[in-house]
Amino acid sequence: MATTRDYEPNVVLSNQDYNVVGTRPLRPDGADKVTGRALYGADFAAAGLLSGSVLRSPHAHARIKSIDTSKAEALDGVRAVVTSADFPQGGEGPVVWQRDNVLASDKALYRGHAIAAVAAASPHIAEEAVSLIEVDYEVLTPVTDVQSSMKGDAPILHDSLMTDELGEKADKASNVASHFQHVKGDVKAGFKEADVVIEREFTTKTVHQGYIEPQAATALWNNDGRLHIWCSTQGSFAARDACARILDIPVSQIRVVPLEIGGGFGGKIDVYLEPVAALLSKKTGTPVKLVMSRADVLQGTGPTPGSYAKIKIGAKKDGTITAAHAYLAMEAGAYPGSPVGAGAMCVLAPYDLENALVDGYDVVVNKPKTAAYRAPGAPNAAFAGEQVIDEVAKAIGMDPIDFRMKNAAKEGTRQVHGPTFPRVGYEEVLEAMKSHPHYNAPLDGPNQGRGVAVGFWFNIGFDSACNIAVNADGTVTLQEGSTDIGGTRASIAMQAAEVLTLPYEKVHPTVVDTDTIGFTAVTGGSRTTFATGWAAYEAAQDVRTKMIDRAAQIWEVDADTIELEDAVFKSKSDPELSMTFAELAGQLGRSGGGITGTAAVSPSGVGGAFAGNIVDVEVDPETGKTEILRFTVVQDAGKAIHPSYVEGQMQGGAVQGIGWALNEEYYMSDSGTMDNVSLLDYRMPTSLDLPMIDTVIVEVANPGHPYGVRGVGEAPIIPPTPAIANAIENAIGTRLFALPMNPAAVAKAVMDK
Amino acid sequence: MPGKTYVQTNINGEHVDFLCEPRQSLLECLRDVIGLTGTKEGCNDGNCGACTVEMDGRIVTSCLVLGVEAEGKEITTIEGIADGSTLHPIQQSFLENAALQCGICTPGFIVASKSLLDQNPDPTEHEIRFWLANNLCRCTGYDKIIRAVQDAAVKMQEA
Amino acid sequence: MKWIDYATPHSVREAVDVLSEAGGRARVMAGGTDLLVALRAGVYDIDLVVDGKNIPELNEITYDPTNGLTLGAAVPCYKIYGNKAVATAYPGLIDAASLIGGTQIQGRASLGGNLCNATPSADTIPPMIALKGTANIAGPNGNRQVAIEDFCTGVRQNALGSDEILVSLHLPAPVANSGANYIRFIPRNEMDIAVAGAGVSVVLDNGDIKEARVSLASVAPTPLFVQEAGDAIAGKPANDETVRIASGIARDAARPITDMRGTIEFRQHLCEVLTRRALNTAIERAKENN
Repeated sequence: MATTRDYEPNVVLSNQDYNVVGTRPLRPDGADKVTGRALYGADFAAAGLLSGSVLRSPHAHARIKSIDTSKAEALDGVRAVVTSADFPQGGEGPVVWQRDNVLASDKALYRGHAIAAVAAASPHIAEEAVSLIEVDYEVLTPVTDVQSSMKGDAPILHDSLMTDELGEKADKASNVASHFQHVKGDVKAGFKEADVVIEREFTTKTVHQGYIEPQAATALWNNDGRLHIWCSTQGSFAARDACARILDIPVSQIRVVPLEIGGGFGGKIDVYLEPVAALLSKKTGTPVKLVMSRADVLQGTGPTPGSYAKIKIGAKKDGTITAAHAYLAMEAGAYPGSPVGAGAMCVLAPYDLENALVDGYDVVVNKPKTAAYRAPGAPNAAFAGEQVIDEVAKAIGMDPIDFRMKNAAKEGTRQVHGPTFPRVGYEEVLEAMKSHPHYNAPLDGPNQGRGVAVGFWFNIGFDSACNIAVNADGTVTLQEGSTDIGGTRASIAMQAAEVLTLPYEKVHPTVVDTDTIGFTAVTGGSRTTFATGWAAYEAAQDVRTKMIDRAAQIWEVDADTIELEDAVFKSKSDPELSMTFAELAGQLGRSGGGITGTAAVSPSGVGGAFAGNIVDVEVDPETGKTEILRFTVVQDAGKAIHPSYVEGQMQGGAVQGIGWALNEEYYMSDSGTMDNVSLLDYRMPTSLDLPMIDTVIVEVANPGHPYGVRGVGEAPIIPPTPAIANAIENAIGTRLFALPMNPAAVAKAVMDK
Repeated sequence: MPGKTYVQTNINGEHVDFLCEPRQSLLECLRDVIGLTGTKEGCNDGNCGACTVEMDGRIVTSCLVLGVEAEGKEITTIEGIADGSTLHPIQQSFLENAALQCGICTPGFIVASKSLLDQNPDPTEHEIRFWLANNLCRCTGYDKIIRAVQDAAVKMQEA
Repeated sequence: MKWIDYATPHSVREAVDVLSEAGGRARVMAGGTDLLVALRAGVYDIDLVVDGKNIPELNEITYDPTNGLTLGAAVPCYKIYGNKAVATAYPGLIDAASLIGGTQIQGRASLGGNLCNATPSADTIPPMIALKGTANIAGPNGNRQVAIEDFCTGVRQNALGSDEILVSLHLPAPVANSGANYIRFIPRNEMDIAVAGAGVSVVLDNGDIKEARVSLASVAPTPLFVQEAGDAIAGKPANDETVRIASGIARDAARPITDMRGTIEFRQHLCEVLTRRALNTAIERAKENN
């Protein structure tokens, strides 16, 4: 499995050097994380802490007729029991859905749906108490896949849900929450011009983010009425706001303290345990901790949709794509809100098309309410789109990278949903793929195949804040509110250090709670290094300006005659006037007082990211087992602030994609039960299943960011499933149209050939 | 009401005694009774390796060991890997190679990797991957973890 | 988990007494890697866990080339493949012992536990059947032996009385010109439960198969001993055509179900593939072993 390398496995194609940005310092929370000292959600302890446990519905679809908690309350050691009746009632639509998802009110809409919760003296007592709660269910027929749910005879989940059909509300209940369309040009005419037209259908199954740390939260509803929450979350402000909405209290009444988080990938943005722990704490007057089991995580949080797609692409013999039609239907889970919208924005993004049409359907099913999973919606769409692209390229006899190059989206290309691309690095990604040693290495055995695919993610901006204070010894402290899932304390501190011309080690970042920093949006959406980094950049500029003003005051010169370079303030005209950052810092106290800098930003110059994969596979035709022989990820990061952590995002996303491609799925029984509800049978890749993941970071600076940053976290998960499908097709001569492409499916494809 | 069991054991070189119910796993006892929260729970059924500790010289998933079974054993947890305030070469290598992102799997990987290098100071890439297959990581894709172990092996052999 | 008590007897006699007193409300624990998971899932309703790891006979490995191998029921996998003499004499057994779970699981899981757990997918049972293993059982009425192929009586059901304990497993000494192999199919490269598995042994005589045994995992309620597959090729030359006779019989003998780990068709197909590959390996090993 090991490949010998005569090339550099991880490369940064950089054309802009900085002092700190672009280097690879050690992360500031490193000592805590390699010694077990770092405190994650379940590690939190407090005096008087009670343990909670949640009762979850065994039925995928049922009306809840009554809940009898008396036996649970009577059990020795139990201190409180709550149901949705303990929430403030009222409201409609999304507010109710969010509240109902946390604790079901009139209906259980998926197996695993939380029904009630207990606080007790120990986790084992709480677990026993939960088993004593008696619920009278009227069991209903479930529907658990998108195509069945769209049919007229499907069991209806919400009597009040009527399809928003291209902006018009329908008049009868449906499981289709909405249908939207993006239209560009005239696809009918475009297909007529094509020499080759290929149309294929694809399905994908529900998969989970698979973070190793289950959700955990502790709540204390204090005697002064303030609610304190300690939790693992991707967004302490998002958690605060969600709890405020569900508990119907002002946000100022809540303080969320983010603990370290053991993986999220989008799945720890929504709240599940926090409002429940809050209710229990309100009843008991003590802190209450809830920690999910792995089964709870798989059944009671937010996986990503199963989906159906139909893609039709037409092209001329010279390689020009003349039309593309993407039909995407995605499962929202129990309540509306699948990521089909995002998928629709990305499926055709790599292509400069004159004629394109995207239909998107958001469909509810009796499964957990879906949540974001790393570029949500886009991998499902790419599994489909990038395979049809591959087939069209083959049909006209063109190299798959050349075909993509011929139709490449670039600056000025108008996307099907409206916006025009600013400067993007897609062509550069394709060039790096084409010239990579991997793409030019021979395959050396039977049943081997190579596949390529690309993907795009738009990335987001939104609000971040940052405070910086100067210490008398010339170091600075930096407070920010972005929970650190992948090394962002470092990338944020590095941007501040760059502005202040300080070495990285002189910036001490901390992630603080919602009482201690301005509003900061989630650590997700590939925004953290971009937006919170920008806040750090602005706060550092604020400090820099104030320090220069102070030097000007001390030297009695104009501020605009002073510059800061290599941590030294000096006069542009008088070489005698010079002092180090540390020297000035030491004088602040007696020259007017300390200096702090602050910023609250919501930057608009977001840069999208293109990624590409090259993968070699070997298939055992008798067993269908697919071995990944070699994997290369190429991605435009704009500017890799900390290249090691950018590589880490690329490698991690690639491996999640590999698991999605080859094995991961919710194996659903007819009754709507997930049979494989453990990490034994929900099969994520182990170290033995993989080779090294080689990376090439392309840097086409995002003109909208001071250092050119483009978000990197999400794009990597988009190309793997189609790249692997394309590789398998080249290995065995048959294409697979359903995920996962597990051994049974591949063996069957070989046998059916 | 049945009572608790008194257990005497050795953790990270120190004599430790504690009370627990027989149904409490060693993982629970380490985290909730003794207060060593560095060992993590990811699945509670032996499939993720986040709860890995070394017991009498062998790595085990502590979620599948009862607390009462710790009687008389020598246990090493993540808290016992560093040498006082000096990080073990494996810990240092994980940091230098950026072999952690969220860090939740890191304690398990460090204990498991140390056990590997104690027994096989110069493992091949395949041997490393095979030994660590019981430890799941969802963030890194394992690449930098494998490199960190290879790097640590070299440094430890030079020392 | 609901409340359990814990006992740790120091002799077989003591263990039998404790089990008899518990009246069916106890189970013996070796490595605990199956039992604890099952207890937490409510698969067994018991009040007492009896730890076998402090009983000397359950923890001993005794091997000599005349008498064969006596393996204590609680000996963890790593001690089995870590024993050079045993590993050299029984590679077919080591194939299975070294692929259960991962490194940490192998630090605890035992063959005795794998056998008593009696799930259809147990990896170490087919090679023990192929190697003519027997189980040594102790009870209030004395000791008895049961052939491994008769030990599992249903899914999670075995031949033990509630007051009996599995003490050890016995494999006869390997004969010259014999070879054995266990392979399984799993979707990943480690950590999975077998979708199907084949444990086989052959004894060669001048290029012919003198004797063969074939056993399958995960394709029936219990591990399957496909006697007819081995019988059909006895006396035939050890070549591809012969192997395919046996692998075809194995495929036809399989009675798998469709579940989250595999379909009926896929498992039947795998039985043929795995039996064929395992027999080829066993024949190669037998040729080297003379």
